[in-house]
Amino acid sequence: MAKKSSYRFSKAPVVRPKKYCRFKKSGIKYIDYKNADFLMPFINEQGKLLPRRITGTSLKYQRKIATAVKRARHIALLPYVADQMK
Amino acid sequence: MAKTNYESVIILTPVLSEKMLQDAVDSYRKLITGNGGELIHEENWGLTKMAYPIQKKTTGFYQIFEFAAEEGSEIVDKLELAYRRDEQVLRYLTLKLDKHAMVYNERRRNGAFKKAKVEPTPEVAKAKVSTKLDEEEE
Repeated sequence: MAKKSSYRFSKAPVVRPKKYCRFKKSGIKYIDYKNADFLMPFINEQGKLLPRRITGTSLKYQRKIATAVKRARHIALLPYVADQMK
Repeated sequence: MAKTNYESVIILTPVLSEKMLQDAVDSYRKLITGNGGELIHEENWGLTKMAYPIQKKTTGFYQIFEFAAEEGSEIVDKLELAYRRDEQVLRYLTLKLDKHAMVYNERRRNGAFKKAKVEPTPEVAKAKVSTKLDEEEE
């Protein structure tokens, strides 16, 4: 029994495609806070910022996204809190 | 001293008439040019729906100014003081633009980011019609 269960937990790792930073790849240097549609992929349905481990953004650009989203919220282009925005 | 580019976004109340809106925008334009600022670009988004209500209003007139001014001049302070005194201004945001932002805005002004309307080219449209006809014939 013990042998069987240990076997069950040692599954082969799932192979996922390597994540990449889309800003580095496409050479975007500046993230515009006035373009709310552009920021949509980086926030969830409640309007919260998505973590880097999901979007694959590099740290440099994640920081820029964060400021851009916060600016967009201030000028009411994005909500601070939302239930269903997508 | 070096000149810096600034960008200022304001949201004006939706209750303004056309003339009052123009007057308000004019007064800020004069304030910028009168204090040694050089207006580079301005944009009016018209009546836009906001993501959440501000002062119980769900829409607002968005006005964007981009201007160059001496770094360390008091133009931004004066502008923001005027915004705060003005009850017509619901929100404002003034930024110093870095070099990447300046390049981006330059390209934006020249229409590099305007979405090309995806209209089916005549050939595609014709092809679609013809396939439809074929189906009907069958």
